[in-house]
Amino acid sequence: MIWLMIAGMCLVTFIPRALPLVLGRSLMLPRWVRRWLSFFPYAALGSLIFPGILTVVGGRPWIGLAAGGCAALLALKARNAIFPVLAAIAVAVGLQLATAG
Amino acid sequence: MERGAAAEVLRGVRAGVPVAVGYVPMAMAFGVLATQTGLSFFQAGAMSFFVYAGASQFASLGLLAGGASALAIVLATLVLNFRHFLMSVALSRRLPLRQGSDHRARIAPLVLGFGITDETFVVASIEERLTLRYFFGLIVTVYLAWLSGTLVGAGFSSLIPPVIARGMGVALYAMFIAILVPGVKKSWVNGLVAVAGGLLAWGASVLIPGIPSGWRIVIAILVASAFGAMLGSADETGLEQGEAA
Repeated sequence: MIWLMIAGMCLVTFIPRALPLVLGRSLMLPRWVRRWLSFFPYAALGSLIFPGILTVVGGRPWIGLAAGGCAALLALKARNAIFPVLAAIAVAVGLQLATAG
Repeated sequence: MERGAAAEVLRGVRAGVPVAVGYVPMAMAFGVLATQTGLSFFQAGAMSFFVYAGASQFASLGLLAGGASALAIVLATLVLNFRHFLMSVALSRRLPLRQGSDHRARIAPLVLGFGITDETFVVASIEERLTLRYFFGLIVTVYLAWLSGTLVGAGFSSLIPPVIARGMGVALYAMFIAILVPGVKKSWVNGLVAVAGGLLAWGASVLIPGIPSGWRIVIAILVASAFGAMLGSADETGLEQGEAA
């Protein structure tokens, strides 16, 4: 039962992911669709960041916001995402310890 | 040529490190929860090895605990993963996949398609020099992080103390922000679309309580991007150029 479920989940996850790449650019799309598609990553980013960032530490949404703000400031200068990420982790850990109990 | 190829893969690996940092605590949490739900070590590992979709994996555990059938769980997974279809369509315009009948041209879309997640999609599609090797390095790195995290969680426990794990949980958000900022510097419309996406996702969760996170993202992607398309094109460099080629 579990293994059957895993096999089914594998298929329904894999097919939608791979199919468009298999078809590739043989699909001719009108210009407005291409413009639409071009914004997908930014729209996805917005929805991935908010409101999820408020829930990093349950009950203390400001910790996620502070860590995210720190990442945004560093990202203005940094060329690689790793520095903003490490700094945000440090802020999130530090704020939890500083405000614990 | 070979050195250049390795360097491309390595560039992708480096881009995958922040994602991997964010995946490890989540994957450990999944491993722990999976064994608590009654899955064996191998079943938990197989889930991450074959299915490899964080949100659906967690959802399937909740459904299993609630006594849902395998078919119901598979259907729920299909619905939850519709967003990856949209992401794959967008990525297919950017990835320089060759048309061809040789072995590599046939296998590449399958391997690369398997590696599409919310995180690898946004990292890859905002990368200006997106090559197949870069994407391969990126997806292998984060896949191994997800798989090894699951195995550690299922085999031992979440080795990371909760305070640190929650701190690491901020990694993905920080990474999203770090790749969004350069895009906003390039064009304010990109930022506007991202803000619209966030507000739509939030609005959807308020208006439709209990809506799966996958569908919040689908709504945000479809609507916010349409809004952006009325104002212009996101990256003339990537998409339009790829189209002309």
